[in-house]
Amino acid sequence: MVLVLVDHENGEIDEASLQTLTYGRELAAAAGEPLEALVVGDVGVAGSLGAYGVATVHVAVHDALTGYAPVAAARAAADVASRTGSSLVLAAGSPRGNEVMAHLGALTDLPVAADCIKVTPGSPTQVVRARWGGSLIEEANLHGAPALATLVPHTVAAEAGGSGTGEVAEFTPELSDADLFVVARQGEAAHESSGVSLADAKVVVSGGRGVGSAEGFAPLEELAELLGGTIGCSRVVTGNGWRPHTEQVGQTGTKIAPDLYIACGISGATQHIAGCRNSKTMIVINTDPEAAIMGYADYAIIGDVSKVLPAIIDETKKAKVG
Amino acid sequence: MDVLVCIKRVPLSGGKFTITEDGLDIESAKLGFTISPHEEVAVEEAVRIAEKEGGSVTVLTLGPPDAEEQIREQMAIGADRGILIETDGQEWDPQGTASAIADAINADETDFDLIIMGNESADASGYQVGIRVAHKLGRPVVTGVKGITIADGKATFERPVKTGREMYEVPLPAVVTVLDGLNIPRYPSVPGRIRAKKKPIERLNPERPEPKLEKTHLEVPVMKSRQAQVLGNGPEAAPAVVEIFKQIGVI
Repeated sequence: MVLVLVDHENGEIDEASLQTLTYGRELAAAAGEPLEALVVGDVGVAGSLGAYGVATVHVAVHDALTGYAPVAAARAAADVASRTGSSLVLAAGSPRGNEVMAHLGALTDLPVAADCIKVTPGSPTQVVRARWGGSLIEEANLHGAPALATLVPHTVAAEAGGSGTGEVAEFTPELSDADLFVVARQGEAAHESSGVSLADAKVVVSGGRGVGSAEGFAPLEELAELLGGTIGCSRVVTGNGWRPHTEQVGQTGTKIAPDLYIACGISGATQHIAGCRNSKTMIVINTDPEAAIMGYADYAIIGDVSKVLPAIIDETKKAKVG
Repeated sequence: MDVLVCIKRVPLSGGKFTITEDGLDIESAKLGFTISPHEEVAVEEAVRIAEKEGGSVTVLTLGPPDAEEQIREQMAIGADRGILIETDGQEWDPQGTASAIADAINADETDFDLIIMGNESADASGYQVGIRVAHKLGRPVVTGVKGITIADGKATFERPVKTGREMYEVPLPAVVTVLDGLNIPRYPSVPGRIRAKKKPIERLNPERPEPKLEKTHLEVPVMKSRQAQVLGNGPEAAPAVVEIFKQIGVI
């Protein structure tokens, strides 16, 4: 049996979890096994999972489970996996999915393969997974039963299908106080600048070392506003205190996939590329025609950001008026 | 407050990785080495806590003997002592790594109040060593943290999520894994570098367990082949850029 851990928030199922269910359904079908799911704390969201081919939706209910509780969720998963004899347990390769799966690995002393793009069940299970934020791909053998793995978001699109009836089976996991030490307390929203968020922006105008200073970002801001986009930056920029970390694009910043990414004065270290490689179109402005980022860009302008950007801004204004 | 920070020596890549002939490692003969940005902020935070609350900062790593370089760099920032769990250069899987770290912590004479790690390593990115160590030590753990406040024997951790932030309050001792952006790490000073040379490093040599997550092959992913088309030099290229804006429909 293939068990998928399904995350939810405010009564809505997490999109990456639906993608993982879709992937798990294919594996279950290939193995001739049923697809089952685990939902922790919210029986309300369980009913919709039958549409994704889930035969049984296990719902963990407990008085103390009032919010996201990673250890308790893992305890519930260990309970279901052991009762049902799961051969494979999958979760989304999201912060929460990776966290709960790591707890499950620790509780059961089983290996975990995080951020997989392919899982081939067997003995051993073979996985293909992302390293260095996707800059490298690793093939590995996962020696453990059940196999525990998380799936990189967008590996497949979420699609309804399958013949599961989505029968709901409520149970109460045995939890200790220690399992509940860490229960999410939702705080107030963090300070976000008004306007489009970096993660969802269609256009991102991003600056690196070549922008030269905090003040140097003024033309980037102007162009971003003209294009209805927002500002991004490289790690050098946040390290220098020119821009806040919330704007950092990269392996340890925000990973984005905008329609247009304009990289100004960014050399293209792997740390940065890991965050913007999925941009649909990339335009680079750089003084160095040999910069590493040229290998990832569609178009390049060779020149100084402080001279090129004002000209682009003028032309853009003319085009918008015309 | 005695704080332990775990770091990992990783190659410092320029623009692109090259894989060794056996397909198992990054060709690193010509590369420098560094640690993850997550770990840089972890050390900075530990040093700030020790400066404010008193106490000590210990840096631990599992890696080849050359990983002493990464420990010394963090000593130059302000760490007091180091623990180097030596390997022969082969990779250890997350379970083996976590066991060796937990054993070293249990064997150490200092009872660490707080153990800080990066949320995931820069290279293997397994998202689990901190959590596994916490379970082995029987301590609470919070991951993905971007804000730490210590008061009255408790720690409050702040974690950013899509809709805002989550706050966690846990008793000490505890384990926390942190994200880049927690703080802006300082640069090492010259006196700091000189002091670092004399600080103690303890070396441990446990045996590498058979990996249960066993790497069999590494490769550079095939990307949509791109080599930038040069639109021009300097400001004269602006009209061509705006043509692209029109083509893709952003204006």
